[in-house]
Amino acid sequence: MNSLFPSIVSRSQSSGLMNFFVPIISIVLTLITGSIIFILLGFDPAYALYTFFISPISSTYGISELFVKATPLALIAIGLSYCFKNNIYNIGAEGQLTMGAIFGGGIGILFHDTNAFWLLPLMIFAGAIGGALWGLIPAILKTKFNTNEILTSLMLVYVALFILDYLVVGPWKDPFGYSFPKSRPFSESGRMPLLFDGLRVHFGLIITLFLIFVSWFIFSKTIFGFQLKVSGYSPKAARYAGFNQTTLVFFAFAICGAFAGIAGLAEVSGPIGLLYRDISPNYGFTAIIVAFLGRLHPIGIIFASLVIALTYLGAEDAQLFLQIPSAVGFIFQGLVLFYLLGAELLINYKLTYKKLL
Amino acid sequence: MNLDLILGILQIVLIATTPLVFAGIGELVTEKSGVLNLGVEGMMLVGAVSAFIILVITGSYFLAFFVSILSGIIMSGLFAFLVLFLMSNQIATGLALTIFGIGLSSMLGKQYIGTPIDGLSPWFFVIFSFLIVFLVSYFFYKTKAGLILRAVGESHNSAHALGYSVIKIRFLSILFGGSMCALAGSYISICYAPMWQEGMTAGRGWIALALVVFATWKPERVLIGAYIFGGVTILQMNLQALGLRFPGQFFSMAPYVATIIVLVLISSNKLRIKLSAPASLTIPFYKGR
Repeated sequence: MNSLFPSIVSRSQSSGLMNFFVPIISIVLTLITGSIIFILLGFDPAYALYTFFISPISSTYGISELFVKATPLALIAIGLSYCFKNNIYNIGAEGQLTMGAIFGGGIGILFHDTNAFWLLPLMIFAGAIGGALWGLIPAILKTKFNTNEILTSLMLVYVALFILDYLVVGPWKDPFGYSFPKSRPFSESGRMPLLFDGLRVHFGLIITLFLIFVSWFIFSKTIFGFQLKVSGYSPKAARYAGFNQTTLVFFAFAICGAFAGIAGLAEVSGPIGLLYRDISPNYGFTAIIVAFLGRLHPIGIIFASLVIALTYLGAEDAQLFLQIPSAVGFIFQGLVLFYLLGAELLINYKLTYKKLL
Repeated sequence: MNLDLILGILQIVLIATTPLVFAGIGELVTEKSGVLNLGVEGMMLVGAVSAFIILVITGSYFLAFFVSILSGIIMSGLFAFLVLFLMSNQIATGLALTIFGIGLSSMLGKQYIGTPIDGLSPWFFVIFSFLIVFLVSYFFYKTKAGLILRAVGESHNSAHALGYSVIKIRFLSILFGGSMCALAGSYISICYAPMWQEGMTAGRGWIALALVVFATWKPERVLIGAYIFGGVTILQMNLQALGLRFPGQFFSMAPYVATIIVLVLISSNKLRIKLSAPASLTIPFYKGR
């Protein structure tokens, strides 16, 4: 006879198979829980799930919107994986995104009546610098003053949002904007080129795919990627091998900040076209889920960004057609992360039934 | 300065700081047992919305606070199950709890935005917040149970070897933290504001987390830290009201910038942090075979 409850036994080696299956398990469990929530709210679960997950992407426009949403998520998530691989908990990507939008968007506003080929590259560069500088603040505080990066990076999100708010109601306000809190629109050459006519998916997607490829190369083919991995697994081993932890922290934060900054600039110069208060529906925070769901792996992050982007689109459709508040999207995002973290147990441990007799 | 004005400001500071004290002391107990719960903001929001909804439906303040604390216990119970039994990463799980809490609270509260309620006088809770800090301090340093809890946070393996149930003690500490965070949230939606608005805790949960570091994990210092932060917040509001020729956004950032500066000042003494932080913080306990 076996005991009723399984007991948890440590694996000698973490399971590669489970590493692959855990995200899938967590998505399936989220869908099951989602159906239960929809039943509790009094909806036909099949119809609700269809509205949430299928109908948003059943048109070319819908697919394009999926990529519009997935672009910043994937770009920030791949940046975050530089930090998370090394157990650096940068949760302030939203602030780094905002700062990137401010720096890059600032260039766009400065040259609002200039049409030149160099404008967009300059804006992207400024966006990367802005994000990286904002990311370096917690890095400096962590390495020089031993300050916990979780709290400082998060507090800087609020600071960045207030700076943006100050700029768009104050010095950068559109003089012809009827006192709406928004900036001048960028000139045509300060906008991300669209990839297809009539669809909003833009050049930011290409930048994202390129940076994901570069990151894949860095993670798997360079000494820097190896150092990141080692100091994540075992800080002691990394110290013994002579890896400079301070340098790693600086690079991880700077790269993550730069990627988030580019994502922010891509948003304002892509779909939005100017600066205003609400440039990001929490992309910087949601990307944390994307990074974990994608298991910090470039390919995984691409798929995870599409899944999580779908929760944004689904939430909008659910609000439109089912009158369910769009916040239900956050519930799905929270749930998928819960299941993922719970199921991670299966990677390093296995469940066995003890023999009682 | 006349006396009335000073008393008036003092009153406002007391009322505004109380939720920070509740959330801070709750998180402190959780961290003392060796668990870091970053879900404070999420638990506060769910606590705030559940209290508000129950008050609107039943009209009973008692039921409102009761259900709110229950919601905190359920939310933190979920967290406890994941980090204690499934040994998940505490930092990521706490973040998930906050994201989930933001979503759940705005979904539940959608139809209650703008509903008027009669606010409750805050003074009972203001006094209670002082009381709870001293009770926690007494519990930690004068009772055997408090000593055991601290031992679990310092070295779970030693505590386990002595026959104490690490999981049970941590579970209870997490639940206490959750109920205090929910109480903080319900105080905001019923006494302080009184209303419901999406994301109305406005980062207080994160400031509560910073308070624990500021307090170097000592209960009475949570009170001191909370009043410094509360004071800065009220000061910026008053200066803003005086109409200083200075953009309001820079005042609004003050509490967050102050948090960063204070954290830097406290943490830069590496030895002090190392000596005061619970040694097992964020390390999962696995009984092994």
